[in-house]
Amino acid sequence: MLTAQWLYGLTGCLVVALGLRAALLQSALLQRIVAVNVMGSGVFLMLIAVAYRGPGVAPDPVPHALVLTGIVVAVSATALALALVRRLHAEPGDG
Amino acid sequence: MNTPSLLAFDGLLLISIVSLAWAALATRDARRSVILFMAFGLVLALAWGRLLAPDVALAEAAIGAGLSGALLLAAVGGQQGARSGSAQNAGHADPQPAVRWAVTLLCAGVAGILGWALLESFDSSARDTLAQAVAANLASSGVSNPVTAVLLNFRAYDTLLELAVLLTAVLGIFALGQARPGYRFAGPVFDSLARWLVPLLILTAGHLLWVGAHAPGGAFQAGATLAAAAVVLRLAGHSHIGLPAGSVLRLVMVAGVAVFLLVGVTLLALGRPFLGYPPAWAGTLILVIESAAMLSIAATLVLAFLGGRPQALWQATGAAESVPPAATATPAALPEDSSGAATHGVCKEEQSRC
Amino acid sequence: MIDAVSAGLIVLGLGFYLAGSIGLLRLPDLYSRLHALTKADNLGLGLLTAGLALHSQELFTIAKLLLIWLAVLAAGAASAHLIARHARRQETGR
Repeated sequence: MLTAQWLYGLTGCLVVALGLRAALLQSALLQRIVAVNVMGSGVFLMLIAVAYRGPGVAPDPVPHALVLTGIVVAVSATALALALVRRLHAEPGDG
Repeated sequence: MNTPSLLAFDGLLLISIVSLAWAALATRDARRSVILFMAFGLVLALAWGRLLAPDVALAEAAIGAGLSGALLLAAVGGQQGARSGSAQNAGHADPQPAVRWAVTLLCAGVAGILGWALLESFDSSARDTLAQAVAANLASSGVSNPVTAVLLNFRAYDTLLELAVLLTAVLGIFALGQARPGYRFAGPVFDSLARWLVPLLILTAGHLLWVGAHAPGGAFQAGATLAAAAVVLRLAGHSHIGLPAGSVLRLVMVAGVAVFLLVGVTLLALGRPFLGYPPAWAGTLILVIESAAMLSIAATLVLAFLGGRPQALWQATGAAESVPPAATATPAALPEDSSGAATHGVCKEEQSRC
Repeated sequence: MIDAVSAGLIVLGLGFYLAGSIGLLRLPDLYSRLHALTKADNLGLGLLTAGLALHSQELFTIAKLLLIWLAVLAAGAASAHLIARHARRQETGR
């Protein structure tokens, strides 16, 4: 197990914990959405750390594909959440 | 093996990542939080580059930092423009210190469990089986970039579902309301920037799509770059941002999923497994699917940025009769935008976002 | 020899970035901070890309690096202008 792997992987766990704490404690909706995105980025850190194989060696491509899918799904979910927040705060009578 | 300088670089990068995450989450101001989140995404893209994941780095910079940041900033701007008081936060009291400590302990526990699972997974001997399977079958997959091979050949079904998720999210956004109002025409500085930036972005998107077969790139990065070009156009005040109108827009939105399904079902009808490309045709099929997917991803991401049904584009006919024309455009720069005079009426004069 | 020149150019570029960061933290108001940042970005990135271009083998890579520098130059200048204009408008009132 490489040094870089557990360094980046444990940082990923820490970032997930930070995001989870903010998502639970923050009251503003927009900050909660940012916190969930940060959690997602922490998970991606863990996955890419697992995929790393060393400086000259080709990394494992399957977690990379998972993370790519995850990034796109995260942005879709963020967009939908932001539309919900906008609707939540909309004045009655808005389209 | 790690040279000391690489270790120092890793340490600095990781400290930056954690600090940016902490700062983005600890601040009260929504706009500051979003901007720090964008910086966090960019430093994360650096980390992906360091960990030899260039495709993911491109996608993170374009989608994770760029488009997510644009979506969040547009939402923050909309919130602050709509009302002056903080009525939405007035009813939320801060949690008690006991609750905060309990949640902090819970999150520390989650971090501990995740770290323990991670370290256990490093020792497992079955880690390399999938990577070896990919390496063994890469030659017959039609592309030479292993990530593209996994995305569009070995795990093509997952990518099909991912495109469907993107489409579903945009349909949900459409159901929730109309698009945000446009911006007024930009001054000469931003307008001239947009004039050459948008063609450059379109070219880069085409390049990323083509080169994704044998180098870092692919449909997602290309689609995000195209969406970025449309967002720049929108911010410069052109409401007609290159999206087609009416039924063509609907076609482009579903093109990714539709072409994917069509290829899969045709292969099924020909006796092969669903999305099991014959090796001789795999490269061509992947390129066709990626091209449709790029257009679809770009259109759906732009519609997500618009934030709702684009009223002027959703009807099949021109919307000139339902939208009042913009009587006073800014005298600074009235570009010779000849396409779609009906859509200019969406811009509001009071918006100060240029 | 080329390594030494390249390393020297990169270190010079990093010096400009350091100056820009110090300017961001220490200068009093928005406009001077913008000035410091854009100066640092323009020259710092130029020196960085020059140092990197010395290392590359193909002409195409050098052309791409030059294009990146020009794009960042223009985008940075336009962004600084927009930020300063917005701040100016907020000060003087609409």
